[in-house]
Amino acid sequence: MKIIVCIKQVPATQNVQIDPKTGSLMRWAATTKMNPFDLVALEAALQLKDKSSAEITVITMGPNAAKAVLTEALSMGADKGILISDKAFAGADVLATSHTLSYAIEALKIDYDLLLCGQQTTDGDTAQVGPSIAALLNIPHISYVRKLISNPNTFTVESIINDDRLIAEIKKPCLLTIDKDFAQARYPSYWKLIETINTPIQIITLADLKNPDTINHIGQAGSPTSVLKIYPPVHEVISKKLSGKSKDIVNELVDYLKDEHLIERNSHE
Amino acid sequence: MSRIVIRHEACTLCEVCLNACPFNAMENLNGKIEINSNCKVCSICVKQCPEKCISKIEDELFQVDRSLYKGIMVIGEMRQKDLHPVTLELLGKARELADKIKAPVYCMIVGEELLDAAQLCLSYGADEVFVCEDRELKFYRSDIYAKLISERISQIKPSVVLVGATPSGRSLAPRLAALLKTGLTADCTQLDILDNTDLIQRRPAFGGNIMADIMTTRHRPQMASVRYKVFNPIEEIKNPVGIIKRLSINPDELLSGINLLEIHHEAVSESITEAKRIIVAGVGVSDPEGLKLVHQLADQLQASVAYTRPLVERGLASYTHQIGLSGRTVQPELLITCGVSGAVQFISGMEHSEHIIAINKDPKADIMNVAHVAVVGDAYEILPQWIEALKKGSFHV
Ligand SMILES: Cc1cc2nc3c(=O)[nH]c(=O)nc-3n(C[C@H](O)[C@H](O)[C@@H](O)COP(=O)(O)OP(=O)(O)OC[C@H]3O[C@@H](n4cnc5c(N)ncnc54)[C@H](O)[C@@H]3O)c2cc1C
Ligand SMILES: Cc1cc2nc3c(=O)[nH]c(=O)nc-3n(C[C@H](O)[C@H](O)[C@H](O)COP(=O)(O)OP(=O)(O)OC[C@H]3O[C@@H](n4cnc5c(N)ncnc54)[C@H](O)[C@@H]3O)c2cc1C
Repeated sequence: MKIIVCIKQVPATQNVQIDPKTGSLMRWAATTKMNPFDLVALEAALQLKDKSSAEITVITMGPNAAKAVLTEALSMGADKGILISDKAFAGADVLATSHTLSYAIEALKIDYDLLLCGQQTTDGDTAQVGPSIAALLNIPHISYVRKLISNPNTFTVESIINDDRLIAEIKKPCLLTIDKDFAQARYPSYWKLIETINTPIQIITLADLKNPDTINHIGQAGSPTSVLKIYPPVHEVISKKLSGKSKDIVNELVDYLKDEHLIERNSHE
Repeated sequence: MSRIVIRHEACTLCEVCLNACPFNAMENLNGKIEINSNCKVCSICVKQCPEKCISKIEDELFQVDRSLYKGIMVIGEMRQKDLHPVTLELLGKARELADKIKAPVYCMIVGEELLDAAQLCLSYGADEVFVCEDRELKFYRSDIYAKLISERISQIKPSVVLVGATPSGRSLAPRLAALLKTGLTADCTQLDILDNTDLIQRRPAFGGNIMADIMTTRHRPQMASVRYKVFNPIEEIKNPVGIIKRLSINPDELLSGINLLEIHHEAVSESITEAKRIIVAGVGVSDPEGLKLVHQLADQLQASVAYTRPLVERGLASYTHQIGLSGRTVQPELLITCGVSGAVQFISGMEHSEHIIAINKDPKADIMNVAHVAVVGDAYEILPQWIEALKKGSFHV
């Protein structure tokens, strides 16, 4: 069985720093890590590999430094790492990212059974790239997968959609996005790390993407959405502060609930 | 758009490019290399040319003709036999946007037996409801739903398409956007529209730590997803005048790569997303005594109990009762937090509640900034007295 797992490098912290003087955002992306949701997707692939033989290819679109997440994936048990990197891919939104990833997947000519994505990322945070790739590759997809079994021509999966738990069979090849509660991801193995540290990472650039439509669908030019501005969230100001003796606080709370018609005194008393 | 140009004065007619071009887009016409309409701007010739006399230039980017698109469309969602309430909320927003630009509100619903749902959409602001009904469409399946809806959208040509950011909406919307080759802005919390029908979409990212304003100016339709409980429905219209159109479906449009084997409807036992009143227990009241007090207060106020993530992680409650970014978004008329610090991830799930009361020992806790009533004090002291006062005063809710 051949599995491709899409992984993304994200800033190590979500705690965006705000400049107290100007109120604008400060640089926060200095240190990076693998998107935690992608660790779970990789774990799902590794569990399939534990059960029967499987070849796992991890791919990421990103700058040269994103090789780090591929190396990490190899040390967890993935077999091959592919970096999709070119200046032309810069400024991509979900659609352009999905186009680039799907062209790269076509160019790799891997006869894959399964494409896996994380549930979402911790930076862009849209949860859209997986379903979007599936549409472009014209394969079915199921989101929020919690259990996964491989059959000869299909996968049987369990997923939770709204308040329904559903069990479905999906034809190979297909794309699944893995729910964060699928499993706890395993730790990288030190020995595997030593073993794989020199495994070459294949690099795919614009020139390798053979699809004739490529140029119109990648990078900034291929991105329908554009981020106009980014700023820290503003919260409503407080309207009332109560402190002091508990007894007084409780009286004020009861009055507040009455004033706002959230409780009424029983009329017959 | 980009295209290929040749500097003929530097060209030696070596014809390397002719042989390299995979699309037969280059010809030697009377001693001059010309590029024909087969060109896909793949740039292989640019790289191969030994004289470096071929280059790619960028023209203006693609820009759609906005005037060909009209109206705001809501993709309705069915939950069992009923319309998911997020559909009515989206129709409320769609009505507001459409009135601003004097455009119609459309709704599209896919499923089985949709007449009642379609009628409801008319009562909540839709001018025209398109229904795709078939037994095979009873449950959401990504491949056939997306294809069916995208093809209908291509014909109807709305300027804006809104989808509920429910789990199935989050699976459907990006697939739809990719088929329509257009932009989709996720989890919008605010939407506004300009006279030229460009939509201003505001959304949180980085787990709620930043907000972004996003626009899709060059493509149509502009797609946005919105979480449940962010917008409000309009008042029900008594005798709506809108129309319902049933769309025909080809049998081969129902062939899916997905076969649903079992569907278990998990009991929505006192679902917190529907609750009108909610008491939230945080780490500050997470021992048995604290939780007991929270439940007693909930009984007095006929409220549901919800939790912050650490309590769910400790197994004190189920995930379905967690509020926040990785839990549920709620918008009750009353929400009381006890021993909750107010992390951004928590606040993003409850900040639209009508009345927020926060009890916390720490006056500097972030929750105090979103509360309408910020109570500085020990929950173990205040809750018992409050419960007692409510009992004694014999109030009803
Ligand atoms: C503040 C902000 C808001 C944004 N909002 C939007 C928006 O609303 N709409 C929009 O179209 N774009 C938006 N973008 C751009 C978008 O986030 C990224 O450009 C896009 O590359 C990836 O989207 P994501 O991070 O949301 O991934 P998600 O869709 O959340 O990722 C899901 C999964 O897809 C896979 N994946 C994602 N990216 C990669 C990658 N580079 N390489 C390999 N696998 C990957 C992973 O398996 C991941 O778990 C926004 C960017 C910012 C900074
Ligand atoms: C990606 C991501 C997603 C997340 N999603 C969610 C989510 O969906 N929901 C969520 O809740 N969290 C989420 N979190 C976690 C979040 O960051 C916080 O850690 C969490 O909300 C804190 O819970 P808390 O307020 O109960 O606990 P704490 O932060 O520990 O706060 C306890 C509070 O209780 C007060 N207190 C203590 N004793 C008393 C007393 N006797 N009386 C009154 N007050 C008292 C303290 O002053 C303190 O403010 C997420 C985090 C990440 C990184």
